[in-house]
Amino acid sequence: MTDVAVIGFAQAPNERHSPATTNGVEMLVPIFHEVFEATGLSKSDIGFWCSGSSDYLAGRAFSFVSAVDAIGAFPPVMESHVEMDGAWALYEAWLKILTGEAEIALAYGFGKSSAGLLRRVLALQLDPYLVAPLWPDSVSIAALQARLGLDAGLWTEADLAAVAARSLSDASRNPKALPVKAPASGFDETTTEMLSHPYIADPLRAHDCAPVTDGAAVVILAAGDRARALCERPAWITGFEHRIDSASLGARDLTGSPSAASAGRAAGASRAQVAELHAPFTHQELILRRELELGEDVRISPSGGALGGNPMFAAGLARIGSAATEIMSGRAEVALGHATGGPALQQNLVCVMESSGRTA
Amino acid sequence: MKHRAAVLGTGQTHHRSKRTDVSIAGLCREAADRALADAGVAIGEIDAVVVGKAPDLFEGVMMPELYLADALGAVGKPMLRVHTAGSVGGATGIVAASLIQAGVHRRVLAVAFEKQSESNAMWALSISPPFSMPVLAGAGGYFAPHIRSYIRRSGAPQHIGAMVAAKDRRNGARNQYAHLKQADKTVEEVLASPMLWDPVRYDETCPSSDGACAVVLGDQAAAEASAGPVAWIRATAMRTEPTMFSGKDHVNPRAGADAAAALWTAAGITSPIDQVDAAEIYVPFSWFEPMWLENLGFASPGEGWRLTESGATEIGGQIPVNPSGGVLSTNPIGASGLLRFAESAMQVTGKAGEHQVPGARTALGHAYGGGSQYFSMWVVADTPD
Repeated sequence: MTDVAVIGFAQAPNERHSPATTNGVEMLVPIFHEVFEATGLSKSDIGFWCSGSSDYLAGRAFSFVSAVDAIGAFPPVMESHVEMDGAWALYEAWLKILTGEAEIALAYGFGKSSAGLLRRVLALQLDPYLVAPLWPDSVSIAALQARLGLDAGLWTEADLAAVAARSLSDASRNPKALPVKAPASGFDETTTEMLSHPYIADPLRAHDCAPVTDGAAVVILAAGDRARALCERPAWITGFEHRIDSASLGARDLTGSPSAASAGRAAGASRAQVAELHAPFTHQELILRRELELGEDVRISPSGGALGGNPMFAAGLARIGSAATEIMSGRAEVALGHATGGPALQQNLVCVMESSGRTA
Repeated sequence: MKHRAAVLGTGQTHHRSKRTDVSIAGLCREAADRALADAGVAIGEIDAVVVGKAPDLFEGVMMPELYLADALGAVGKPMLRVHTAGSVGGATGIVAASLIQAGVHRRVLAVAFEKQSESNAMWALSISPPFSMPVLAGAGGYFAPHIRSYIRRSGAPQHIGAMVAAKDRRNGARNQYAHLKQADKTVEEVLASPMLWDPVRYDETCPSSDGACAVVLGDQAAAEASAGPVAWIRATAMRTEPTMFSGKDHVNPRAGADAAAALWTAAGITSPIDQVDAAEIYVPFSWFEPMWLENLGFASPGEGWRLTESGATEIGGQIPVNPSGGVLSTNPIGASGLLRFAESAMQVTGKAGEHQVPGARTALGHAYGGGSQYFSMWVVADTPD
């Protein structure tokens, strides 16, 4: 099997209300420029393009069609699109390199989550006949999941606040994350105070929920020697797996995530030294750490994770890009990027990257 | 290294305006079950599922593949959702093929569908986002000027479109699953039907269908273990260009021509009209048959209509086009591309029944989408190389 590595990553600044249109072009053009400048590549070097986005988020049909304008796709390009997070676009790009049809591939994702009422929009992901007509919103479903874990003794509200405090502390040092105002007492001393805040969906407080975020991300993959020539420390993909769970919320144990566990085992997740987890809610990070068998010594989401910015359809790809950056910068030898989709962690993807490649 | 991939089986629903007898899941499962039975593969033997459909606004369900995971046997497995506008059915087949060609999976189920009766496609297409040219009254109004341009450039006689429509409707009558079955449709009747978007008449447009299509793909070992005949995927190609730009040729788009050139090269085909036995081409409005015959390289620019006029595109002609009846007889938008791909496989495996092209060994499946800017196509044959 061909060796494939991440060799470039860029992301738009996470914003609460981007002035950009919903087709992503204004967010994508600057980051294409950034990633091309960093890698020394140009659009003519890209053998395959793949994007991830959602028409429902954009409030229009065919939003990704306009996004192609960000590429400047003439002469025509080999290109595809998934109605999923850009992390799955990266998966399709990885496939194209493995088939030998491309040597260098670019995946991007974009989402202007602020264009609608996100938690209501996401209710339309549910069974259209039996569940969606009741409009259970995404935050309320996550709250049910959090409550089940509390009642089962799997976590406490203080555990959730600790996840939030660590995430926001990390996000405050990430220039691409949403701006975080540091508490006067510092992040470590604040969990008690955080528990005094009101619930927004019992038992979740505002700090437990990823903020509605606009943004975009781009990752470039290259094969074998091309990767070595383009990047000093390529992040070699040694495991790339994804799975989906039942859509029936009552038919699965919401305190776990079989799809994450299965993808993680197949990808070799437990070897990671650092893991960028796409956990839009604090309790979901705890589920993922358990299901991916990440030990206590694994650094979790040094970027600040989804709590520092959760641009729909780009945030998962940004997690992989952030994890790859840990390898490319020399801070880690084995890094894991994770993406999720659907309600209550229904669908999960795990990408394990290493500094020395599969054969080493 | 590219691994060999083959179509082990295909399946489709009966297509109608409103399939009120089934849910979206029921519709997809109907096609999937037929494909699995045709392939002789149990649903538990499938490694991954790829779902394709056109805009989610067509049904009013955001990312319906999430809800379809159970019905399609995908729980615990990888599931991908493709959306590349009208070409999505073709792209779905190509992504599924990539999973095998990459050496990642052995058996993959691809399912594409549209259930237009659950929402309103005209509404979904008529939203006017900022800074974008409105499509206004749907796709027909968008494409009619391109057809007028084709007629002016090629000097094609006015009845060519009607010939295509009459032929495809007659072919549809030979296809047990087709939405429209009009065995006696004549050119005169088509020309007498109401003008919708000059020069496109009512009988020259595709219907709005509820329907789904599924294919089971396998690697070489799975193909060789198959009890029935398989269709080997000789080549695939996808190309994209922007909707609008200075110099865009809507009549003969470069993305389509580039994709075709790459496809023929990869398949080792030097003269498509001589080496391809049947073509399932995405023709939602009749005049796109001669236009795409030229774009694909079956005819020189300006000459495609002569193939149609001569009868070469009829079953039994030199290059039968849409023996299934094509998009003009059946159009569940998201599935229409995969139907073209599946029908091409049915032709080379001799499973096309009443609309079989006798002796077909090499066939083309083709789809396009957006403003004539997304192209996906494959060549299948009865032998691996």
